[in-house]
Amino acid sequence: MDRSNWISLLIALTVIAIWEFACGWFSVPDFILPAPSEILKTTVFKASLLLPHAGVTALEIIMGIFLSLLVSVPLATLMFACPSIERALSPFLVASQAVPVFALAPLLVIWLGYGLSSKVLMAAIIIFFPITVSLLEGYKNCDREYAVFFDLMGAGFLKKLRLLYWPWALPYFFSGLKVGVTVATIGAVIGEWVGAQRGLGYLMIQANARLQVSLVFAAILWLSVMGLAMWVFVGFLERKVIYWK
Amino acid sequence: MLSVSGLTKKFEGLTVMEGFDLTVRRGSFTTLIGPSGCGKSTFFDVLTGVFPGDGGRISWLGEDVPDLMGRAAYMQQKDLLLPWLSLIDNAMLPAKIAGAPTSRGSQEKASALFGRLGLHDFENYIPRKVSGGMRQRCALVRTLMFEHELVLLDEPLSSLDAITRRSLQALLLLLQSEFNKTILMITHDIEEALLMSDELLVLTPMPMRVRERFVLEMPKSGRSSNPELLKIKEHVLEELEGDLDGPI
Repeated sequence: MDRSNWISLLIALTVIAIWEFACGWFSVPDFILPAPSEILKTTVFKASLLLPHAGVTALEIIMGIFLSLLVSVPLATLMFACPSIERALSPFLVASQAVPVFALAPLLVIWLGYGLSSKVLMAAIIIFFPITVSLLEGYKNCDREYAVFFDLMGAGFLKKLRLLYWPWALPYFFSGLKVGVTVATIGAVIGEWVGAQRGLGYLMIQANARLQVSLVFAAILWLSVMGLAMWVFVGFLERKVIYWK
Repeated sequence: MLSVSGLTKKFEGLTVMEGFDLTVRRGSFTTLIGPSGCGKSTFFDVLTGVFPGDGGRISWLGEDVPDLMGRAAYMQQKDLLLPWLSLIDNAMLPAKIAGAPTSRGSQEKASALFGRLGLHDFENYIPRKVSGGMRQRCALVRTLMFEHELVLLDEPLSSLDAITRRSLQALLLLLQSEFNKTILMITHDIEEALLMSDELLVLTPMPMRVRERFVLEMPKSGRSSNPELLKIKEHVLEELEGDLDGPI
């Protein structure tokens, strides 16, 4: 661990210690703010309850990532290949992000039901934008001299895309993907809040209604760990794929 | 033979060249030298089709062509190696783009050239792991992997140290005669031009035209101490320095 990691750990431990001490000192009831030790206890002892719900949320997020990749990679490529399409679609892309996901969630639940698909779509909607924009930016950032050199070699667009633009844009793509996977939990959880039968978001709503605040915190902890794990995994994948950096 | 006649290029009212004429003999090594900013690289850009010309004709092997895109190999100061490909894959890029990536002939040719340029132990290295000189040698192999007879060199050795540059100059000459390429090179280095060229064209400042033409018929070995070439060098340097005397 380097120095910055130690500092992060120290900050986290300090906050947790103050929180733990304050809860005991001020005798804060568990249904208002449980102490970190209580949350940890719930996380461990209620793992059998949390795990299936976490599995559902994880599945929604992973499917959302794949769905967004299926749309954003071809779309960014098409927008790069045809600037007129980019100009035509850009306002819609930006507008899609201006609409709060909270506003979309009830509609998606009405259209797609209480099952997995509405949450997958919610996650995909959130992930789709950073990936599309980053990949498009990556394509556009390709050094013009390389593109001209490929032209001189007689390469057509598809060969340039495969041999030059795509590898060039990969670091940008992974930056977008990293942002995407960290915010993907938001989409899935909001979808579950609005209408679901399973998932950590559903569990949080249920626990909140029963004033089981430590269970709400335990679900939040699981979500954070899931987001962090996906971020680390994408980082690992990035280092493997972009071996030349 | 490459023939350019009446080539004109203007940028927002600035005339880079007007009625520029040039003839390059087949199999020869022709060098263009001129003051900085005279339009040499723009000439190559027009020649290769990066920018359209505003008039004039380009003909290659007796046939009029709009530009030389896809008809000439090109090497410039920047090695333009793809950082994600190994050196050998970078060298094979022209073959890959031409649709013959696994052609045994191409692979053998690339490997043989790697051996001759001292790169045989580095075929599978990525560009980041090797020196600038090695990268430029790899770019030279890639240039020779083009099936095109005409090779355009835009200050290909200017970023290298003196020793590496000297060895690459010798290699370039050796490979030119062996592969029977027609070479048109831009350089700022008068010594390099005199050592390597069959023909040297001295250019004027913008609008660019050929100010003087020297046909260098003496053998290329031992040129560095040739008194006639030393005289040409002094003369060309005086002319180029004279171009700097204008208002700054």
